[in-house]
Amino acid sequence: MITSVLGVLFDGFAYGMLLFLLSVGLSVTLGMMNFVNLAHCTFAMIGGYVSVTLMNGAGWPFLATLPIAFLAAAAISVAFERTMFHRLYRASDLDQCLLTIGVVFVSVAVTAYLYGTSQQPVSLPNYLRGSLHVAGLTLGVYRIFLIVFALAVTAALVWGLEFTRFGAQIRAAVDNQRMARGLGINVDAAFAIAFALGSGLAGLGGALAIDMVGLDPSFALAYLVYVLIVVAVGGLGSIGGSFAAAMLLGISDMAGKYYFPAIGSFLIYLVMISLLMWRPSGIFGRR
Amino acid sequence: MRRAMTGFASFAVLLAATSAQAQGTVKIGVVMSYSGQFADPGSQIDNGIKLYMKQNGDTVAGKKIELIRKDSGGIAPDVAKRLSQEVIVRDGADIIAGYDLTPNALAAADVSAQAKKFMVDMNAATSVIITKSPYMVRTSFTVWQVNEVLGTWAFKNGVRKAYTLVADFGPGHDGEAAFIKGFKDAGGEIVGSARYPVANLDFSAFLQRAKDANPDGIYIWVPGGPQPAAIGKTIVELGIDKNKVKIMGQGELTQDDALKSMGDAGLGLITAFHYDANHQSDLNRKFVAAYNAEFKRNPDMFSVGGYDGMHAIYETLKKTGGNTDGTALINAVKGMKWESPRGPMMIDPQTRDVIETVYIRRVEKVNGRLVNVEFDKIENVKDPWQAATAK
Repeated sequence: MITSVLGVLFDGFAYGMLLFLLSVGLSVTLGMMNFVNLAHCTFAMIGGYVSVTLMNGAGWPFLATLPIAFLAAAAISVAFERTMFHRLYRASDLDQCLLTIGVVFVSVAVTAYLYGTSQQPVSLPNYLRGSLHVAGLTLGVYRIFLIVFALAVTAALVWGLEFTRFGAQIRAAVDNQRMARGLGINVDAAFAIAFALGSGLAGLGGALAIDMVGLDPSFALAYLVYVLIVVAVGGLGSIGGSFAAAMLLGISDMAGKYYFPAIGSFLIYLVMISLLMWRPSGIFGRR
Repeated sequence: MRRAMTGFASFAVLLAATSAQAQGTVKIGVVMSYSGQFADPGSQIDNGIKLYMKQNGDTVAGKKIELIRKDSGGIAPDVAKRLSQEVIVRDGADIIAGYDLTPNALAAADVSAQAKKFMVDMNAATSVIITKSPYMVRTSFTVWQVNEVLGTWAFKNGVRKAYTLVADFGPGHDGEAAFIKGFKDAGGEIVGSARYPVANLDFSAFLQRAKDANPDGIYIWVPGGPQPAAIGKTIVELGIDKNKVKIMGQGELTQDDALKSMGDAGLGLITAFHYDANHQSDLNRKFVAAYNAEFKRNPDMFSVGGYDGMHAIYETLKKTGGNTDGTALINAVKGMKWESPRGPMMIDPQTRDVIETVYIRRVEKVNGRLVNVEFDKIENVKDPWQAATAK
């Protein structure tokens, strides 16, 4: 009994961390910058395809592809941000939605054209496969890796955004553009970098997620709902909030599916609704 | 006014031209998903069609075959119905074909029935579809056909207590019901059943629950996409021993791309299906080689559905001498038998559905590559659902 509870907690936590890695970038672009970036999963997909291409085409090891996935998604997103997205920072939410969802559809078609519509094979190195047996529990190695990775990313982000000069500049630029400009902060650059950071994290999350959720051109749309739920429940602009929300949703989803499989799939939405009724602006919402 | 007259005149000329051309052609409207989530199955069916036409020419019984492709873009019965109507009424299609998804095929069946047009279901696999139009024939398989015999097979091969885990939508429910019927009728016991949401990402909770029920067989029905690979990997992660617990499912569980992602985690999975590129016959080896030369990938069940669908159309047109009347075509196709890359197949003269061999395969490593190796088969399987409802 105890082992099954612990097993569910572990798997749920790992699943939550997967959700967190996929959505943490969005809590930067949507959460901090207030830009309704529905194209978030497009950048995650770019990361995934970069990783798969390097692994299968060039024979790179999986771990070495991760930084490239981050950089590629970040670089492409800056091109988008400079040419299109920055024009809409002050536009209405609807305009932002329309532009970014359009980007999603285009990206799905372009990916299908370049890579075809089939699932991309992902093969992890042996040391990330299989499972460990600890005190009667079976712990998947990749899940442990995800958890450690997510904790490291959280720590780095919180430190980078809360405790560095650069983080302060970004937060200032986002909170009050005119004031920030007046103080001599290069707001355009801060925005571009913040956007690149968010999208780079998406690319990283995409590359990490494909082993568990697969990769085909519909990736850009398929997981959008989950990342939006995480960011909304966590509270806009809060990295810690996204972390807590992802953890909560992952565990409640897993527990629901294990103990009440008949209604388990609905539980994640029930949790979302009750959390948002309790705190409409999210668990750690500031605005 | 003059411009309007010229416009009208040129339209009339155009109309005359198309109808004159129509004398020597048979138009086939192909309605399926060329874009969206189901674009890959769509393109595989289309590849099957293309390869058949490349090998057999585009002229049958003195008539030129012309394809008119329409994209239904995924699960969209209303769109499939409208496109089927358009292709018949506006484009003058004589035959409608394709139909990758059950809801779309069901919606289009009405059109076929009312317009009395020959319809070839090249994929959609729910039993009931075929009863909705007397002018329809199916060249794929049915979920009942494959999974009921799998249930029977499981009991005969030592499984006594089974757990079922299926995707929570129509075909998944069909698979669950068919397996349970075959298994229980043979004498087996079901120790638990669960349905997982179609958009599920992580399977550890469902599979852990299945494991904790202590079955000696787990039956899984999964649509294609990323889920088979996720399931295969999770089974190994959870330490479910495939020597003690047979993991069984319909062919999608171990299709090519899934096996590539699973790696060795796929070894030992057992599936029942009507076709695999690894099927050992001369005809299939040639088919696979030609397919690879043309499209740089292996054919799958979708491809063979499209390929045999075209075969049915060609042979039927030969029999009617190019007559495209719905009644003439459907009468000609009843009872037709041929050797397909999948093995022998036949169109049931009563139900117009496909009768074929169901193969039981196990994933093994052959020359360093994971493949579905056939080790048992059940010949001449009819759709049991229709046999049961016909009584």
